[in-house]
Amino acid sequence: MIVTSVAGASAATLDDVKAKGFVQCGVNAAGLQGFASPDDKGEWSGFDVDICRAVAAAVFADPTKVKFTPLTAKERFTALQSGEIDLLARNSTWTMSRDTQLGIVFTGVNYYDGQGFMAKKSLGVSSAKELSGASICVQSGTTTELNLADWFRANNLQFNPVVFEKQEEADAAYDSGRCDAYTTDASGLYSIRLKLANPDEHVVLPEIISKEPLGPAVRQGDDQWALIVKWALFAMVNAEELGVTQANVDELKASSANPEVKRLLGLDGDFGKSIGLAPEWAANVIKAVGNYGESFERNVGQGSPLKIARGLNDLWSKGGIQYAPPIR
Amino acid sequence: MTDVASPGPDPRSAIYVRGTFVPPAPPPGSIVGPLGWSRRHLFSSPANIAVTIFTILLLAWAVPPMLDWLIFNAVWTGENREACLAPEGGKVGACWAFIQAKFGQILYGRYPLDQRWRVDLVAVLFVAGLVPLAIPRVPFKRQNAVLMLTAFPVAAYFLLYGGLGLPVVETALWGGLLVTLVVAVTGIVASLPLGILLALGRRSKLPIVKLVSVVFIEFWRGVPLITVLFMASVMLPLFLPSGVNFDKLLRALIGVALFSAAYMAETIRGGLQAIPKGQYEAAAAMGLGYWQSMRLIILPQALKIVIPGIVNSFISLFKDTSLVLIIGLFDVLGIIQLNFSDANWSAPNVPATGFIFAALVFWIFCFGMSRYSQYMERRLDTGHSRH
Repeated sequence: MIVTSVAGASAATLDDVKAKGFVQCGVNAAGLQGFASPDDKGEWSGFDVDICRAVAAAVFADPTKVKFTPLTAKERFTALQSGEIDLLARNSTWTMSRDTQLGIVFTGVNYYDGQGFMAKKSLGVSSAKELSGASICVQSGTTTELNLADWFRANNLQFNPVVFEKQEEADAAYDSGRCDAYTTDASGLYSIRLKLANPDEHVVLPEIISKEPLGPAVRQGDDQWALIVKWALFAMVNAEELGVTQANVDELKASSANPEVKRLLGLDGDFGKSIGLAPEWAANVIKAVGNYGESFERNVGQGSPLKIARGLNDLWSKGGIQYAPPIR
Repeated sequence: MTDVASPGPDPRSAIYVRGTFVPPAPPPGSIVGPLGWSRRHLFSSPANIAVTIFTILLLAWAVPPMLDWLIFNAVWTGENREACLAPEGGKVGACWAFIQAKFGQILYGRYPLDQRWRVDLVAVLFVAGLVPLAIPRVPFKRQNAVLMLTAFPVAAYFLLYGGLGLPVVETALWGGLLVTLVVAVTGIVASLPLGILLALGRRSKLPIVKLVSVVFIEFWRGVPLITVLFMASVMLPLFLPSGVNFDKLLRALIGVALFSAAYMAETIRGGLQAIPKGQYEAAAAMGLGYWQSMRLIILPQALKIVIPGIVNSFISLFKDTSLVLIIGLFDVLGIIQLNFSDANWSAPNVPATGFIFAALVFWIFCFGMSRYSQYMERRLDTGHSRH
């Protein structure tokens, strides 16, 4: 069944999307702070949601031409395989098995996540390596628990895991002082910190002990559509590198002499045409959601209550690993 | 009696006859009034005294902090999470500002703001149709019921979904109380007639009808609702040709209706079995056919007996609507939980506030149904029940 539906859906997604007039985008049904959540008006917003809007802007020059399908972790890949959605932007970790066995393909990494630690400031630790002998709250049955054991063993440290079935239980236990430290994905640590009674008494430690590259995915077998989603993200990263922002994109389009900027904004070459889009596809993306850095800061960074530092997600030229192939 | 009533005793007679009744003396102060009541009900035995004192202490221990949290220390207004954070060193209660900010979503989900009047109109029509139907004194019951079962669903469909000149609002945008009520009302309205037919089918002498009913009931009673919904959302798309999208809400509605019909059928079958055989025979002796005897003799009695069971099913169906969350539809509880992920409202007291509010919404509806069913039981009581 999976095979036939994938075969059936391999028809040009771009044509389907243009025909129906919107991009159907799968997002996190449970919501994830900063990545996908409804605002007070009920509109979806977040870092993953911006990917959906960016693709809509690239195709239609209109970021509102997107419809969201909230998906649970179990539903997400089926929904993509069956053609119910065109694009999955649901904080999914890019792994080899998912990339090869599910009939889907990841187009990039919009957020480099990884498992981290949070500890009470009163412990006086500044590194996870000083956590020897500490009790650590962790959710059971997740890779988080395994990573934790591996990392402490590899570093020859003692620790005392306090395991909980549910995330909320682990949060509450940490807040009530059952454990000295808490571990989960780094992006999660920041959002949990907001729910603690006294967030200022806790500190997120610098060590990241696992790789969780989160990115958008599309169906296998439609290279054109995969390229559009891939380059929508690359356009955002390139824009940040070139200093093109939501505010100055129109101005640069009129005045910039930088050939790289001109290629990005569709003044030079026909890069849009090569993926079936209008020449100003990338300019539309930036106008809609801003460049990568702007989207990051607005949703999860300093412009949001989460205040996540750029870290790995900073540009390669600034000490991070966000790197986009050039448009040329 | 006039002699007796004559004023004063006869001075020549030694016999004294009192001319008026002695007024009854008031009962002793210890058995009337609040004191008497509490002696009878609260302090009648050492064990009762202990239980009373324990309960009072328990309430004194639990209620004031609860009221502090819910009302006195609660945050009632605010723009974002900052308002709901505890002041330096202080305490903060519930974050009702969160409920206020998300109230539109709790009622309508993500239904477009400028189209929400359509939902309001459906709600007004629903109440206007239901209230006269629920009050026994109001006439035109039959016409009203026919309207509610034919015209109202059509009107509600076009108003809520769109068509006939109204812009279409996809069901993916519906949410909150709207989804809860659409699923619950559809399930309730569809499950009762379906359940009656299935119950009759299961007791039928026609083998095929009986077999089909038994298989249907046992299948749907044998699988959990969560499985039904999960199959409908995850498996169904794989069986359908690509591009054919079967509306998620419709899938949930069908699943919930069939599921609750199976339970309803068994409840009603209990009522049918409670009717003495003499009633069936009497109906036959009157020359009534099968459908006539069911409609006029058996079902009115059977349904009356099982009102508590039927309402029980309705209430559990109402609460089960929260399970639509697993297929990505957001009922009251779902939309509140989803909004916990809004970083602008991420505060320690927000989840508790949200859950309490959701519980309150469910309680109001379920308690209402429960009270109405008790009222109907009393009204339809014709003296068969044992008191």
